[in-house]
Amino acid sequence: MFTLISKRLIQLLPTVFFVSVIIFSLQHLLPGDPAMIMAGEDNDPAVIAQIRAQYHLDQPIPVQYLFWIKGVLSGNLGESMRLKVAVSELVTTKLPVTLQLAVMAMIIALVIGVGLGILSAVYKGRALDSLVNVLGLIGISTPNFWLGIMLIFLFSVELGWLPASGYVSPFEDFWQSMRTTIMPAFVLGNAIAGVLMRHTRGAMLQALSSDYVRTARAKGLLERVVVIKHAMRNALTPVITLGALEFGTLLSGAVLTEQIFTIPGFGKLIVDAVFNRDYAVVQGVVLVTASTYILLNLLADIGYILVNPRLRD
Amino acid sequence: MTPNWKTLLLTGCLVASAGLFGMGAASAQTNFKIGLAEDPDVLDPSLARSYVGRIVFASLCDKLFDIDDKLNIVPQLALSSTVSADGKEMVIKLRPDVKFHDGEPMDAEAVRFSLDRHLNMPGSFRKPELGAVSEIVVVDPLTVKLVLKSPFSPLLAQLTDRAGMIVSPKAAKEAGDKFGQKPVCAGPFKFVERIQQDRIVLEKFADYWNKANIHFDKVTFTPIADSTVRLANLRSGQLDLIERTPATDIKEIKANPKLRLSSVVSLAYTGITMNIANKEAGKTGLGLDPRVRQALNFAIDRSAINEVVFNGEFMPGNQWINPENPYYQKSFPVTGRDVNKAKELLKAAGVKTPLAIDFMVPNNPEARSVAEVIQSMAAEAGFDFKIRVTEFATSLTQAEQGNYQAYLLNWSGRTDPDGNSYSFHACGQPLNYTGYCNKDVDALLAEARSKNGVAERKPVYEKITKIMQEEGGVLYLYHSKVLVAHSDKLDGYKQLADGLIRLTGAKLK
Repeated sequence: MFTLISKRLIQLLPTVFFVSVIIFSLQHLLPGDPAMIMAGEDNDPAVIAQIRAQYHLDQPIPVQYLFWIKGVLSGNLGESMRLKVAVSELVTTKLPVTLQLAVMAMIIALVIGVGLGILSAVYKGRALDSLVNVLGLIGISTPNFWLGIMLIFLFSVELGWLPASGYVSPFEDFWQSMRTTIMPAFVLGNAIAGVLMRHTRGAMLQALSSDYVRTARAKGLLERVVVIKHAMRNALTPVITLGALEFGTLLSGAVLTEQIFTIPGFGKLIVDAVFNRDYAVVQGVVLVTASTYILLNLLADIGYILVNPRLRD
Repeated sequence: MTPNWKTLLLTGCLVASAGLFGMGAASAQTNFKIGLAEDPDVLDPSLARSYVGRIVFASLCDKLFDIDDKLNIVPQLALSSTVSADGKEMVIKLRPDVKFHDGEPMDAEAVRFSLDRHLNMPGSFRKPELGAVSEIVVVDPLTVKLVLKSPFSPLLAQLTDRAGMIVSPKAAKEAGDKFGQKPVCAGPFKFVERIQQDRIVLEKFADYWNKANIHFDKVTFTPIADSTVRLANLRSGQLDLIERTPATDIKEIKANPKLRLSSVVSLAYTGITMNIANKEAGKTGLGLDPRVRQALNFAIDRSAINEVVFNGEFMPGNQWINPENPYYQKSFPVTGRDVNKAKELLKAAGVKTPLAIDFMVPNNPEARSVAEVIQSMAAEAGFDFKIRVTEFATSLTQAEQGNYQAYLLNWSGRTDPDGNSYSFHACGQPLNYTGYCNKDVDALLAEARSKNGVAERKPVYEKITKIMQEEGGVLYLYHSKVLVAHSDKLDGYKQLADGLIRLTGAKLK
C-alpha cells in the first residue's frame, strides 16, 4: 500500500511540472503589456522600464519561468504587482471564502437535487414527475448572473431581508455570514441541483426496476424502506461521483456569482488579476487550484483502493 | 417521519429563518458606507496608480493643496505658495499644528521626506509628476522650498493629487515598501483594516486639523464591480453613496424619493484618437490628409451621441477641456454636423469613398454604443468605420504599436490643461499614440508650462488649439459627468469635477 501511494506521488511530479509550464505559457499568450497596465494612464517610459526590471518582465520567457518556479519551490508564489501583497497571503485569505461558498452550494444542490430526483423517480409519469422535470430544466438553464440579480432585487431591495452583497466570515459573526452567503450559495447550488436531479432520477429509475428491488418489495417491505434503504443507496454512487466533480469546479471559484455578490473569493481574485495582467496572482491561484484538483484525484484513487482490495494488485 | 420530528424540523427552520432574516445589520449611522466601482490598488501614495485609489486617499491622506468647485487651487496641508520671478523656486508655507495618524508632527522635514520618497522610491509612479523638482530645501520647520530645473507652472496642480500627499516619515521608514498595507498620513480618517476585494475601513482621526467638519466616526469602502448591484445596495440601504453611476441609471435614481444624485461635468474627455504618423497604419485612412480628419469632424453630430447614448446628460465638446473650464477657447466652438461639407472635404483630399477605417473600441457597453452611432453618422459622409472591439489592456498596447487607424479613447483628465495636452500632442511623448509631431506645437506647449495663471497661459493655448483643430490627431467628442448617487439623508456633500469623494462638511441627517 505504502509503495503504491509513493509510486502515485512520484507520478504526480511530472504532472505538476507540466501544469506549471502550461499555466506560465498560456498566460504570456495574453495580449497586452502588464508593465503598461501597471504604469497607469500616464504611460511613462521610465516607470514602465522600472516595472519590467523589477518583475523580470524584460527577461526572456524561459528565464522568467525559472525565476517563478525557483520561488514556488521555496514556497514563495511571488508578489501581486497591483496590490504589493504576497500571493500566498491572498490565496490563504481567499481559499476559506471559496470553500465556505462551495460547501454551502453543495449542501443546497444535494438537498434539492437528490431529493427531487428521488421524488421524480418514485412518482414517474405523474404530475409531480413532470413538475420536478420542469424545475430541473429551469435550474439548469437559468443564467447565474440573472438569478443573482433577481434574488438581490427580491430579498434585498424589495423585502430588505438579506444584504445585497458583501461577505462576513463565520468566525466573525456566524449568522451574518450565513445571511451574506445564502443567496450566492443558492445561485450556485441551483444550477448543480438541476444536473444532480436528472442524474439521480435516471439512476433511481434503473435501481427501482432491478431484481433486488422487486425481491425487496416481494418480501413485503414498506415502500419507503425499499426506496431509501435499497434503491437509493445503489443509485447514489454515480451521483456522488458527479457531485465530487462539481465540488472541484466550485473550488476553483465561481467567477460570475462572486462578482455579482461581491464575495471576495478565488473567482473575483482571478478576474481582477487577469484584467490587470497581474501575472503572479493568476499563476499562483491557478497553480494552487490545479494542485488541489490533482491531490483530490489522488485521494479519490487512494479511496478506491481502500474500498476495493482488488485494485491493489 | 413522526410528528415529533416534523415539529422539531419546523422549529429548527423558524429559528434559522429568524437568524437569517430577522437579525438586520443595523449599524451605527456614523459608519458611512461607500460603494466603489473597483478594488483599489496599493494604498501607498508613491506606488498607487489607480483612479479608484484616489477616492480612498481623499479620506485618508491630505495633500499640500486641493482644488475647489471652480477648479481653483486652494491650500490644504499648506497655507500658501509663492513662485520666484524666474519661476525656478516655489516656497511653500505649511499649516501649523498638524499631526499624522501616528501622532508625529507634519512639518517641513516630513514634507521633504515625502517628496523625496515620491521622487526616489523604487517603483514610485510620482517621479514623472515631480520630474521638474531638482531639490527640496527645508527653510524652517514650517517652510519648504522646491528648486526647479526649469519653470514649470503645472507643478502646483500636481501637488493637489498623490504627488502632494505627505506621509508620516516614521511609519514610512519602519514599513518600507509595505507602507501601503497600513498607510499613515494626515487625512481626516485613519486606516483600520483592509480585506482585499472586500472592504477598506477607516475611522475618524481625533487630532485631525479640521476635525470640526468631520461628522462620521467610520468610513467603509466596498468594491462592487457590477453597477446594477451597486445601485441595488444603495437602494436597500446597505450603502450610503455609490460612485461612477452609469448615465442609464439616472432616471431610476431621480425617480426614487430616497435617493439623490450629485453630478458635475468631469475633467475627463472622450475622443477619437486618429493614427496620422504612427507606423504604417498612419500613412492610410485618417492619416492621409488633414482634410480627411476635418471631414470626420463635420460628419459627426456630438449632440446626437449625447442624446442617444447618454440621455443628454453629458456635455459635447471639441477641446481637451470642457466648455465650462476657464481655459476653454471660445473662439473655437463645437461645430454642428454638415454632411455636405464633409463630402466636399473628402473629395478635395482626393479620397476614394467609402474610405475604410479600422476603428478600435474598448470592450464596454457605453463605448460600443458610441462607436455604433459614429459608424452610422460617418457612413453618410463616405467613411466605412469597421468597429473592432478590443479588451482595454490589449487596446493600449495596440495603440502604442500603431495597430489602428481610429481609437475611441477616454482620458480621465487633469486639473491643469497641461495634463490633458502635453503628453498627447508633443513629439514622441508617451501618450502620443497618433504619432503627430510639430516643432511649433512643442515650443508652444513648453511656453505654456513656463507661464503662470490663466491670463498668461490662455493665449498660448489658443494658438495650440488653432493648430490642433486644423491638423491634430484627436477628435474630441464629449465630456462625461461625475455621477454620484447617495441616500437622501446625506447633507452638505459637494461633488467636484475630479470625481473624488470628499467627506469634509458632509453628514447624515
